[in-house]
Amino acid sequence: VSFAEFIDMGGYAGYVWGSYGLGLLIFVLVGWSARRNYIEALASARRKLQAAATSKT
Amino acid sequence: MWTWFHKLASPPYAFRLAGILRPWFFWPAVIAMLIATFGGLVIVPADYQQKDAFRILYLHASAGIMSMMVYGVMAIAAAVGLIWRMKLAHAVAASCASIGAAFTALTLATGSMWGRPMWGTWWEWDPRITSELVLLFMYVGYIALRSSFDDISRADRASAVLAIVGAVDVPIVHYSVIWWNSLHQGPTLMTKGAITGSMVWPWLTMLLGYTLFFAAVLCDRIRVEILKRERNASWLNEMIVDARAS
Repeated sequence: VSFAEFIDMGGYAGYVWGSYGLGLLIFVLVGWSARRNYIEALASARRKLQAAATSKT
Repeated sequence: MWTWFHKLASPPYAFRLAGILRPWFFWPAVIAMLIATFGGLVIVPADYQQKDAFRILYLHASAGIMSMMVYGVMAIAAAVGLIWRMKLAHAVAASCASIGAAFTALTLATGSMWGRPMWGTWWEWDPRITSELVLLFMYVGYIALRSSFDDISRADRASAVLAIVGAVDVPIVHYSVIWWNSLHQGPTLMTKGAITGSMVWPWLTMLLGYTLFFAAVLCDRIRVEILKRERNASWLNEMIVDARAS
């Protein structure tokens, strides 16, 4: 099978590559947004606790 | 006997454990998904009936199984939270929703992209497809209901009821191809001889990768939910202010 034939996917290129491309996009978005939410939530919790600690002393 | 359960249900322990486990889920997930994609697109030969379009099914059927499995985890966690008033179980349920919605949307979209060349239509009001769409609405409704409450424990209780009631749809999705005369093809994994070994391994590898990926994302989402619920806890102070946690 040549490279051009592989890319063509027997004439179903748009459907096959479209599906795998969409899958990649969704997994990157899901993974990245969860990671970003966690980093932000941790930073905001830390800020609040530090502010509470300094106001006490 | 139940000490492990109580330990797991304690927020500081679960928070730490999620942080330790996440990379052990995430990187194997990436490797499994890459191997499965390479297998499905390059190694496995084209199907004799569906030609190369069947390669979409490695993604579609794995995402479909995950859409139901994640809902099952969410509904069970919601029930545990409701019955034993366990905050951590509610945190798990809340963490599942967005991941499950993503898997369901991917199932519908890739099914559409497979259906266009194979059935000649992007969409059909078929029992399997309609019940999967209802599953997407359940996830979206769950997320919308949660966001309508300011008080997190009220959001937990109300959304848990919705998650449990909505679980009725999961067996409907699964059995729709058996109960009704559906255009959608029947179950493959549970039917002997429906798929040959040389073609099934990328599917099982993809499913493994998706499951690990779900676990990895859950580790991040659970920690966000724990942080929301434990704002003023002393353990949190010790962990993230005194000794800077990663």
